[in-house]
Amino acid sequence: MTTMTDTPKDLLPLARPQYRRTWAGRVIGWLRANLFASITSTVISLLLIFVLAKALISLVLWGFWNAIWTVPGDQTGACRAIRGVGACWAVIPEKFRFILFGTYPFDEQWRPALATLTFIALFYLSSRRGMWGQKLVVVWAGALILIGVLMWGGIFGLSFVSQDRWGGLPVTLILATFGLAFGFPLGIVVALGRRSKLPAIRSLCVLYVELIRGVPLISLLFMASVMFPLFMPDGVNIDKLLRAQVAFVLYAGAYLAEVIRGGLQAVPRGQHDAADALGLSYWKKNGLIILPQAISHVIPPLVNTFIAFFKDTSLVLIIGIFDLLTTAKTSIIDPPWQSFSVEVYLFVSLIYFAFCFAMSRYSKHLEAQARSR
Amino acid sequence: MTTSTPEFPDRRTRRRVLWSRQRLSGLLWQIAVVGITIAIVGWLWSNALHNLSVRRISTGFAFLGREAGMPIADSWIAYSPKDTYVRAFIVGIVNTLRVAVIGIVLATVLGTLIGIARLSSNWLLSRLAAVYVEVLRDIPLLLQLLFWYVLMQGLPAARSAWKPVEGVYLSNRGLVIPSVPIEQGNLWVIGALVLGLIALYELRRRLIARQMVDGRSRRIWPYALVLVVGLPALVSWGLGVSWTIAIPELHGFNFVGGLTLAPEYFALITALVTYTSAFIAEIVRSGIQAVDKGQWDAAKALGLRRGFVLRHIVLPQALRVIIPPMTSQYLNLTKNSSLAVAVGYQDIVSIANTTLNQTGQAIEAIALIMLVFLTISLGISLFMNWYNARVALVER
Repeated sequence: MTTMTDTPKDLLPLARPQYRRTWAGRVIGWLRANLFASITSTVISLLLIFVLAKALISLVLWGFWNAIWTVPGDQTGACRAIRGVGACWAVIPEKFRFILFGTYPFDEQWRPALATLTFIALFYLSSRRGMWGQKLVVVWAGALILIGVLMWGGIFGLSFVSQDRWGGLPVTLILATFGLAFGFPLGIVVALGRRSKLPAIRSLCVLYVELIRGVPLISLLFMASVMFPLFMPDGVNIDKLLRAQVAFVLYAGAYLAEVIRGGLQAVPRGQHDAADALGLSYWKKNGLIILPQAISHVIPPLVNTFIAFFKDTSLVLIIGIFDLLTTAKTSIIDPPWQSFSVEVYLFVSLIYFAFCFAMSRYSKHLEAQARSR
Repeated sequence: MTTSTPEFPDRRTRRRVLWSRQRLSGLLWQIAVVGITIAIVGWLWSNALHNLSVRRISTGFAFLGREAGMPIADSWIAYSPKDTYVRAFIVGIVNTLRVAVIGIVLATVLGTLIGIARLSSNWLLSRLAAVYVEVLRDIPLLLQLLFWYVLMQGLPAARSAWKPVEGVYLSNRGLVIPSVPIEQGNLWVIGALVLGLIALYELRRRLIARQMVDGRSRRIWPYALVLVVGLPALVSWGLGVSWTIAIPELHGFNFVGGLTLAPEYFALITALVTYTSAFIAEIVRSGIQAVDKGQWDAAKALGLRRGFVLRHIVLPQALRVIIPPMTSQYLNLTKNSSLAVAVGYQDIVSIANTTLNQTGQAIEAIALIMLVFLTISLGISLFMNWYNARVALVER
């Protein structure tokens, strides 16, 4: 320490200040560096702390302190009395079965629950790098069949449940997953078509992609719900859910095609030449050489498209299909529970958030992996 | 390594042989695909014609001239239910544009601020910005819209409206703010202001061009004062234009005077702006991070301040990375404005939907929606491409 006293003042910062050695000192040091580094920073920090504290206090008061967690039956008088002051979480246990599974027969609701778990397992398996490849196609086919059996029933002693009784989370997952499962191959074909040297095929693909991407999803859903029946011959009556599903496949196909096209552009020219030199046919060249590279280039944007797509399934509310958002909105039509939409929306937001957040974390992880390679 | 192939004496023959085979299969593929497409479309079309004739719906746009009989609550142009469908559609287009344009401007401002906040050296600020982005991005827009709308409806009635500032009221009737009644005189002044801004822009361009030659920076604020403040003030004074501010007042159950933003509009704008700003913030952040760190260091070495460096050195370079993804966010916002139908704000989609229910003209109504959105999308794309070309040209 004797040398320290002789050190000129401007060299002092190089030495580790003594207060940093204690625990409290380190905290203060961190605070000074990250919250109070300058006058502007200090002002911002104080302002934010003030606003944040105020918001947190009122949130805790509303969400916990003044909240009501249970009420007997439909007696929501106590809840209505504290409206705006405290949350009425009693609405969630009362309605969560309806929100999650819609009007699916109450005693059979273990089936959509199991289907939901199958979906989650399917997503988890798809995220494992070791599973990528042909194994995944088999897993997907198996899982989708299993989900179909669970939801419809009619065999293995399960009673048949028609689609118009389906609702809630499984419908959201079905729309998103089947949309992707069929939209993905469609997207690949269209992306290849858009880069094809054949003018007629190329222009058809461009027309398809630009038309779908140029209009809002709602107009496609309107098309599926009101226009599609007009285009069918007499007597052909396709279920509403299936029509919406077709709209989603077409929609996903166009957006995925653009992402995959980006990946195709990133594959070096030499790969094409090499494949040609080996005498591979067009399909073999693309299927074995070009596409695997192209798709691995664009996995993070693909996941982002999946997230966007998952959120977009909520739009079926507008054409009256019972997905998770629609069941949430419908669950509060019941007069005693009418005024607790905020609580229900927060609950549903949490479900959507859980799925999207998991996917977005995964996408970040993949990006980091790609960068480190 | 030799590249010659023994079968063909020269490369031309070889290429010709290969070409003809490829061309033939290509031609067959094209004929097949186009043929199948035409067959499907033709089949759908004949079904549609048959169904329409069975339901006695006449095709064509003749219905547009008929009386709409549809009330529209929130309109910026004169409209009554006695007007035609054409006028109702125009009201819808104006309403869509009103949401899209204001939404784009606000989302850009908010998104840029949050994107910069995420890079702040202040830990609390950057964390908060990150939480904002993550939460808003991962919840469906429609759910957020319904949420905002429910919050709007939950606001106190007009009589006990929430008053953050004098003259601004927030109630379940929407947001009421003071306004300036616009008459012809006011329009002249606004015209003068626009003229002044254009002149200032041109002047700035020339001053910069001269600075490029001799390296001397010239003051611009005196000109700005004259052109942007002096000129409109002179016109206003010369014409004797009045600038009375209409402060809203509560009369009975509603407000008189001022500008009212209906709850539907307010909820829609809030949802669109907050949602899109989360995406824009990410674009701005990655754009700024894409600028080489050396640029910061060099500017710091010159003794320039952080704000100056950001505005004059980093952002202009970041813009090149930012603009293409920003364009697609603008397009998304415009398309997402069609969610208005869920809260009953009457944009083009909502009006076309009502028309469809009233007249049964499904094909025409949906074709009109698509036409309007394709036109707007094309307009935004063209504008952004023009802007992108301008920004990219700065590269020397």
